[in-house]
Amino acid sequence: MATATAHAEAHEAHDHKPSFFARWFLSTNHKDIGTLYLLFAFCAGMIGAFLSFGIRMEMEQPGLQYFSNPQTYNVFVTGHGLIMVFFMVMPALIGGFGNWFVPLMIGAPDMAFPRMNNISFWLTVAGFMSLLCSLFVEGAPGAAGAGTGWTVYPPLSTAGHPGPAVDFAIFALHLSGAGSILGAINFITTILNMRAPGMTLHKMPLFAWAELVTAFLLLLSLPVLAGAITMLLTDRNFGTTFFDPAGGGDPILYQHLFWFFGHPEVYIMILPAFGIVSHIIATFSRKPVFGYLAMAYAMVAIGVVGFVVWAHHMYTVGLSLQTQSYFVFATMVIAVPTGVKIFSWIATMWGGSIRFTAAMHWAVGFIFLFTVGGVTGVVLANSAVDKYLHDTYYVVAHFHYVLSLGAVFIIFAGVYYWFPKMTGHIIPEWAGKLHFWLAFIGANVLFFPMHFLGLAGMPRRYADYPEAFAGWHKVSTYGGHIFGLGMFVFVIGVILAFRSKERAADNPWGEGATTLEWTLSSPPPFHQFETLPRIVDEPGAH
Amino acid sequence: MTAPAPRPDRAAARTAVACAGLAVGMIGLAFASVPLYDAFCKATGYDGTPRQGPALAASADRTGAGMLVHFDTNVAPGLPWKFSAEMPSIEADLGETKTVFFRVTNTGTKPTTGVATFNVQPGLMGGYFVKIACFCFNEQTLQPGETLDVPVVFYVDPALRSDSNTAHLSEMTLSYTYFASKNGQPVTASVATTGAAGSKRDF
Repeated sequence: MATATAHAEAHEAHDHKPSFFARWFLSTNHKDIGTLYLLFAFCAGMIGAFLSFGIRMEMEQPGLQYFSNPQTYNVFVTGHGLIMVFFMVMPALIGGFGNWFVPLMIGAPDMAFPRMNNISFWLTVAGFMSLLCSLFVEGAPGAAGAGTGWTVYPPLSTAGHPGPAVDFAIFALHLSGAGSILGAINFITTILNMRAPGMTLHKMPLFAWAELVTAFLLLLSLPVLAGAITMLLTDRNFGTTFFDPAGGGDPILYQHLFWFFGHPEVYIMILPAFGIVSHIIATFSRKPVFGYLAMAYAMVAIGVVGFVVWAHHMYTVGLSLQTQSYFVFATMVIAVPTGVKIFSWIATMWGGSIRFTAAMHWAVGFIFLFTVGGVTGVVLANSAVDKYLHDTYYVVAHFHYVLSLGAVFIIFAGVYYWFPKMTGHIIPEWAGKLHFWLAFIGANVLFFPMHFLGLAGMPRRYADYPEAFAGWHKVSTYGGHIFGLGMFVFVIGVILAFRSKERAADNPWGEGATTLEWTLSSPPPFHQFETLPRIVDEPGAH
Repeated sequence: MTAPAPRPDRAAARTAVACAGLAVGMIGLAFASVPLYDAFCKATGYDGTPRQGPALAASADRTGAGMLVHFDTNVAPGLPWKFSAEMPSIEADLGETKTVFFRVTNTGTKPTTGVATFNVQPGLMGGYFVKIACFCFNEQTLQPGETLDVPVVFYVDPALRSDSNTAHLSEMTLSYTYFASKNGQPVTASVATTGAAGSKRDF
């Protein structure tokens, strides 16, 4: 910061940038760290996608084709889940877009603690390395890797996996969890203390609101996971019996602790996406978002209620009828603020001057798919129905509709929306649209049949199945291939963008794009807002 | 809703410390949940944890409709013991104190130490199954071939008839499992030596 001068803001060429190593490995710049997070999420996502490809190839036919033993299949399932949750969606939406655009949107020069930001990123990378190690060391006797599922329930993760693979997986969660907690502290401090003059919380863009709520969820839920997996670690290695009935422990306690973290975690993954989709819909409808305050407080409500519904993941453990009734009711209450958001997005589009750009395709596709996933979520919230569907492919379909098609669609929407701002290059619109249609058709063909499989009784986490399920599994695998094809289109689009000589304007999206990042150059200067922008009330603004 | 403070550095540090405190507090709560959950289970019988307490007074209201209590005995892998109840089940009037003997025999060639844990099914019955005396959680060492008879004294609380979750029940199961005493040995180590719990089955 000391090197920046007053006129650096206007001309990128005047920026003083550090050397390559110092810039990317010792980075304290929020935009560079955001870029690192996005690249990391892409690489981790490719590995996670490779694992899911292995799953779908195996499930194409009954019997074992590609895996020599079902334990290795479960290792793929576990790796896919952990990587996609902790090393793809979270780094992309929170570390990537959050770092890039929260300071820009609130008019701050950088994050509050730039060096802590750097630690957050490298802790996440270290966690990922630990997880990769776990794939190659012994877990269950005679098989490499942790095949515990991303939930790591004991006793499978203790007595069932004597090898060190589960320890590596636990360290992976410790490291990335520590990174995320530090990141959350950074976001909260930045948003509460570094808003530009005049930007009150009630004038703050919805994406910043989303990241603020997400950061609080991280801060309250991740330490509980850290505690639970630490107990698991000492149960495994130091003879404690927190979850071991032999010494008076209870494995159900782990499930309570895990899901006290696990349920807020799903909102951690989707709330930043809610923020992004609000901006995209507003921009391309050329209207301010409908019901701004309701949108902001709906996210707060989702965050708060998200902490008191965890046992709906464990209806089968023998809860009393009254307890089940409470969790059914509380879970269904979440549909109300979520509905407020869905209807407000539609109301934003209503009567708007809509442009169907690539980013808008992804955003509208998200609303449809997220609604489908939300509806099956309400179905699963019923404890009586859930006992039949627990651990079936219906659940798999449900959470892939809200995450794989919800959060991931918005990651791509965010890339198409902000790529010109982040790089100054332009991805051809046709590539974004073709990618969308391949992903939209592919993902629906991939995941919709899983509802039928689940209703018919197909359980999760099995490498083999009776002939009766073969038809829909085959269709599902074809959908996976179509989705994969879309990824190639995405990569081609990005390559074409960097090869093209066309440069993005400061605000390529026109008058609908009203947030502060569009007032800067594309890409923004290395250091921005040396003179803080002053936010004044405009007629018509929210 | 306040404008940013005039001393942003100090304000930022204060916010960060508050956040860090929150995170540390949540870790503390996670660990505090272990004794809290244990106390909660014992107090409410949650998750099939039987209550412990003195016998009902002789004049306590006993009702005619009894409860058929089944006994289930298990020995965890790695402990060469035989474990059985003297009878498969017993008919107990509500509020009536019953005594049942369990027989445990070391069939191995070495002295071994075991610990028993217990559970009742359905889990919601936990709060109404009251043990007056039992052998659970005591470390028990048996010489090779030694046999021991251990008593369980219990009654079924008549209050279960006024709980809508359990009012209709006429049968329940008391399940005991003997585990090899670990003496603080880690799970991973004990499995590695016995190799029994970790064996894979075809599915």
